[in-house]
This record gives sequence, C-alpha cells and structure tokens, in this order.
Amino acid sequence: MSVYGADRRHHTLTVLVENKAGVLARVAGLFSRRGYNIFSLAVAPSDDERFSRITIVVDVESSPLDQIMKQLDKLIPVVAITELDPAMARERELLMATLEAGPDTRGQIIQLVGVFEGKIVDVGHDRLTVALEGAPTKLDDFEDLIRGYGIVEMQRTGRVALPKLDRSGDHGSLHLAGSPIGHDTEKAG
Amino acid sequence: MELTGAQALIKSLEMQQVEVMFGLPGGAILPVYDPILDSSIRHILVRHEQGAGHMAEGYAQVTGRPGVAMVTSGPGATNIVTPLADAYMDSIPLVVVTGQVATTAIGTDAFQESDITGITMGITKHNWLITDVRDIPRVVAEAFHVATTGRPGPVLIDMPKDVANSRMEWYWPEPGDLDLPGYHPMTVGDPKLIRQAAELLLAAERPVVYAGGGILKARAADGLRELAERTGVPVVTTLMARGSFPDSHPLCLGMPGMHGNYTAVTAMQSSDLLIALGSRFDDRVTGRVDAFAPGAKVIHVDIDPAEHNKVRRADVAIAGDCRLVIDELLVALADLGLPHSEATRGGAGGAPSDAVPGAPAVPGSVADSHPRRRLTPWRAQLGEWQRRFPLVYDQQPGSGALKPQFVLEALRDATPDDTIVASGVGQHQMFASQWWQFDYPYTWVNSGGLGTMGFAVPAAIGAKVGRPDKMVWAVDGDGCFQMTAQELVTASSERIPVKIAILNNAYLGMVRQWQEMFYEERYSEVYLSPDLPDYVEWAESMGCVGIRVESTEEVSSAIDKANDVDDRPVVIDFRTDAFEKVFPMVAAGDSNDNIVVDPSLTRDEDR
Repeated sequence: MSVYGADRRHHTLTVLVENKAGVLARVAGLFSRRGYNIFSLAVAPSDDERFSRITIVVDVESSPLDQIMKQLDKLIPVVAITELDPAMARERELLMATLEAGPDTRGQIIQLVGVFEGKIVDVGHDRLTVALEGAPTKLDDFEDLIRGYGIVEMQRTGRVALPKLDRSGDHGSLHLAGSPIGHDTEKAG
Repeated sequence: MELTGAQALIKSLEMQQVEVMFGLPGGAILPVYDPILDSSIRHILVRHEQGAGHMAEGYAQVTGRPGVAMVTSGPGATNIVTPLADAYMDSIPLVVVTGQVATTAIGTDAFQESDITGITMGITKHNWLITDVRDIPRVVAEAFHVATTGRPGPVLIDMPKDVANSRMEWYWPEPGDLDLPGYHPMTVGDPKLIRQAAELLLAAERPVVYAGGGILKARAADGLRELAERTGVPVVTTLMARGSFPDSHPLCLGMPGMHGNYTAVTAMQSSDLLIALGSRFDDRVTGRVDAFAPGAKVIHVDIDPAEHNKVRRADVAIAGDCRLVIDELLVALADLGLPHSEATRGGAGGAPSDAVPGAPAVPGSVADSHPRRRLTPWRAQLGEWQRRFPLVYDQQPGSGALKPQFVLEALRDATPDDTIVASGVGQHQMFASQWWQFDYPYTWVNSGGLGTMGFAVPAAIGAKVGRPDKMVWAVDGDGCFQMTAQELVTASSERIPVKIAILNNAYLGMVRQWQEMFYEERYSEVYLSPDLPDYVEWAESMGCVGIRVESTEEVSSAIDKANDVDDRPVVIDFRTDAFEKVFPMVAAGDSNDNIVVDPSLTRDEDR
C-alpha cells in the first residue's frame, strides 16, 4: 500500500517564506479556510536566515493546484513558490518506528533495516526503534514490510524536496519571486 | 529626535497624510491617544468600534484614500472584526490600529487580551504585531503600501502597550527600506494577451462589458467609458460598480445578478463575449455557475490573478490594473483598425441628457461605423428587452401603501445628481441600486461581498467626512438602522450632517421575501414593528431632526425639509409597504435563465 507513491493527486510545493512569527499559521490558515487539503507539511530554516522553506504536499482533488498556488502567493510573507514535479525533484523523508521485536523476530527486523540501509536507534527488551531516511516511496515500501511485525508507534516527517540538478551546465539556484525555476508564480497583490 | 512608540505611530500616520481617523480609546491604546491631542489629524470619537470601521470604509470608498481607524485591545479589537471582513470582501483600503496588552502579558489571558492578529489573519490583506518600537515607522509605511497597492484591502497593526511606551530614535523609511520581499503587485497587463483580447472583442457579435468594483478601485471609469463608446459594447455595472459607468448612458444596461434588471441579466446569458473588468464572478452575479453565460468566451482583467479561473475559466486572463489594461486595450484596438470615435455620446460628465428609460440602446452615430455595425442587431435585441422588461412598481395614489421604489424615485429626483448614497443590506439596498440613477463614480457606498447589515449609517458618516462638499444620503432598512444607529450621536456631536432615509417596512424585509417565496409564507422571526422603537423620537434624542412620512403626499415635502438641514443629521422614517418584494429575482442557486420578473410584466406577456 503506497501512501505517497506517484499519486497524481499529490503535488509538492516548496514555499520560501519570510522567517517571521506567525507565518506557518498564515499558510496553514489559508489551507483550512479555503478548504485545501494538506497531505504533509515540513518547515525549516533555509540557508538564508531571513527565510524559511515550507515543503507542502497538497491534495489537488480538493482544489486546482493553480488556485492553491495563487492564493498562497497572495500571502505577503510568501516570497516564492515552486511546484516540484516528482520526476524532477530529489525528495527525502525520515521515518521512525518502534516495533514489537521479541526473540523470534528481532533478527529479521535487524536484517530488514540493514537491507534498507536504516538504523536501529534504540533497543529495549522486546522492542526496537528504527529510523530510515530516504525517498518517500522507499519509506512506503519499508512501512509495508515492517507492519507485520507490529508497529507500536510510528512517525514520518513529511517530505522535503529540492529540484534535481541540471547537468547541462546551466547552474541555477532558487531565485526569489519571478524566477524562471520550476513553476514559480509571479508575486501578486 | 527621540519619540515614544505612541508618538512615532501618530507621526507615522501624519507622514502618510492621514487627515482623519475614526476610533474609540481604551486601556491598551491609551498611550497612543495622548499624542493625538497634539496632532493635526482629526479624530472622530465613535460610539461603537464597528462604527469606526465602517466610517473608515465609507471614507475610503468616496475618497480613494485609505480609511484609518484606531481601537483598543480585546473587545475593541473584536468589535472591528466585521468591518475588516467587510473591507476584505469589497477590497477597500483600511489601516486599523489596535491596542494590545503589553508584550510581557501576551498569551497570559490578560485583561482585554485577544489574539487579534490571529483572529484577523483570514480577513485582512496582512497584519502586523509590533514587538520592537523601532519597527513602528517602517511597519506603518508597509501597512499603507500593502493596503493601497495591488488589490486594495484592509490591514491591521497590533500595538502592545509597552511598545507604545518605549522610546525610539525617529526616522522615516525610504521606499526601498520596506521589508516586503514577497510583495510585488503586478499592474501592467501582458501585451500579447491584451492583443488577443482586442481581437476577441472585435470579432464578437454579442459582447457585454461586465464591469466590477475593480473599475472604481483602479480609477478607470473614464477608460471604461472610452472603451464602451469606441467599441459600442454595452456595459453592465455590478453592485460594486454602480456609478463606474453612467446609468444615463445609452450603452449602460444597469445592474446584473440576483436582483439585476432583466436586460442586464439576459444580455450576459445570451452573450458570446464577456469582458470582465475588475469583477470576480460572484455567486450573486452568476447564479448557477454551470448555467451562467453558457455561450460566452471570457476576457477577465483583474489585478488579483487568483480571481482568474476561480469561478469561471477565462479564455484570456489578464493580470493587471484595470485602468492601465483598458488604456492598452484601446491602443491595441486602434492598431487593429478600430477608428477613433468622434461619436462620443451621452454628454460630458454623464449628463443624463439622452436618458430615456427603456429606450433602445442604439445610437445611430455609432452604429454605422464598421466594427460597431456588427453590434446593431445585438443592441436592437437589448433595446427590445429593455422595452419589454423595465423595472416596474405599482404605486396606488392617495391612501395606498407607500412603495419603497416611489420613495427612492422621489429622493433621487430631489437631490443633486452627484449625491452620495450609502445603503445597508437587504431589500432597501436592492431597491436603491435599481432605482437610483448613478451617473458619477464614487457616489454609491455599500456592503457588497459581506452583506453587512448596519453598514449604511456609519458608512454615510465616513463618506460625508471624506466629501463634506457633497450631499450624503443613507438609504437604510429598519432592521439595519437598529444595528448601528448609535453613530448618529457621533454625527450630531461632530456636526456631520448626513441624511438617513429609513424604508421602514417593519420587517427584516429580504428574509421575509424569501420566507414568502420559498418557505410557504411561514414567517419565522422577521417581524420588527414599525413603532418600536419610535424612530422619530430616537433620532431627536440623538440630536438629529426626525421626520415621519406615512403617505405619498408627504414624501416630497419631507425630503425638501431634510435637504434644507445642514447643521445636523436628519432621519426620515418612511413607513413603506411591508409586502413589496424585490423583482426581478433569480432564486439562489438557480440559473439566470430562470429570472423572475415582476408579475405584472408576465401578465402583459400572456395577453
């Protein structure tokens, strides 16, 4: 069962916002009052301390992507929006899970974590906490496989993403509003 | 020069050329009220903070300048939430300053604390909580910039008491000092799209200009008129755009929508090209969206690109300021061979010289030049509809119940053509929009998007403050009047001579109409009584002149008497027919094809 997968309903937006109090509330509030569904949301400071980057996976069944982007763009602290085509993006996510791991299954779990190049981050008498970083689809697969062992608790961070690098020699970087990268929209009043 | 935050705030407002603000002090905003005593800014003390907000809106709508209001924290701030929501819906530039508890007390449920930036996030264009006294001048400059540029709208500045009491070294930011990296409103339309629009326009056979409030915001009324006259394309003016194109103009079809006139509604339904200029396909205009103007291509000009394709897909969507885009469109039309029109009709300034109600909109001087000749059959059709389906009402002479439309016609005819009319929300609003003749922009002040009952009285006061040279009438309902009438005390004490016509039908009339038509005449909670309160005594107790009118014979003399009063507000209590309904009407959610006209017109058709 793939939660993320290559599902066409879900589009990834990376939103560069001013690093000011209340910005996340403005973005989340916009989604809720206009009835847009957020599938996942991750926020962190960017390399420039004035800005943070919010990576939002939106459900475009609730509303057309174009509308979502334009409404987001109207928020004053939103500096730039880029829609990332999954095929043109490097996406990563972190999964942590505490699993039932009695003597019978512990070895299998450790092996599985090894295959996926994950880590065992905590060990109890009959439980293990594992961590796995990777592309969302890889995490989906891992989640499928560990489910049978008994998931006690699990958390996923929601994805973050950056555009794939262009190897043609044209070095771009994420510009501010109006940049030609991706599907940046012009800022509007 | 060292100033307190409070002094810096008032000085910043002065730097923005604020002449007047509306407000009411309280604990958290106390420090900011002190320097007002030394300021050139006129402060008008309201009786309820909602009044301050609507006054600022009325002021902004008639002057084009941002309205400014100032209130305290907590209940003061929450009382101005409705005007903010109203201004957000109707894109009115407001700057509202709210007091806030000290930064050290924020989040502790302190006395009169409310999270007003959180509350108003969804109903302001932007808001700021100032936490550093040094930010004040810059934030004020940013607030005015955001409120007045792009798609205008309300903004809010939340000012904690300790910040107001702190000291800072005064400065005034240069335009480049504004910290708005994500705000770059577009104003100039894409020339390629404008060219496409011009081509569509010249090819259309049944075009209609669908003019919205954006025409007024962009101050594009002159451009709209030139566009209409050069192309011969008829114009509908939405509720928010009344006055943006003269009602007396032969190409004016009047108001479309749920209570629009038959010709305006049906012209859009039958159109092959809608030229939407600063309009947003509101549900009250479109009716059922999938049945709205089914055969029309759409050119949509709006400064807010988020309006494009939100409701109706546009064939050509131009993001830009209406005035600039219309100017460019005229250039593109000339490039495509549209001759300049010497046949500018309608007289200068919209003088109603050729206003013949119901006359076919086919001016001969325009019909014979070539791109416009194509439109002759269309305009003949429109003229035919105008003749068959005019707005009508039936005023029995003598003792018959006084019809609201009769009152409005009398008021319209007895006041200067450029009288400013403010209205509340409901039947009286629709009657006013239908029966007034709006020949000048910025003469119609009303609450369109939010539909705020009680808007009229304070909005009229704000309008009169902004344009003291003009006569200002509020057309109000009895239900609306009771919501904000206390502001007439403000008007009396500040000597703001507004005039209020209450169309007192003793009901929440629009709700009554819906219950009659759609709820089997089961009248639930809509009766108000004509005598309780006694509007004349109430008006007089508030320092106004109060007049009661119960029959047609008294109407003219009462209006004349009101027009002669120039030193205080006047309230006329017109006792109108409770059973009168607003027609035409398209039922909510129905197709505009199913427009219901006044029953007397369909009887004529059946003959």
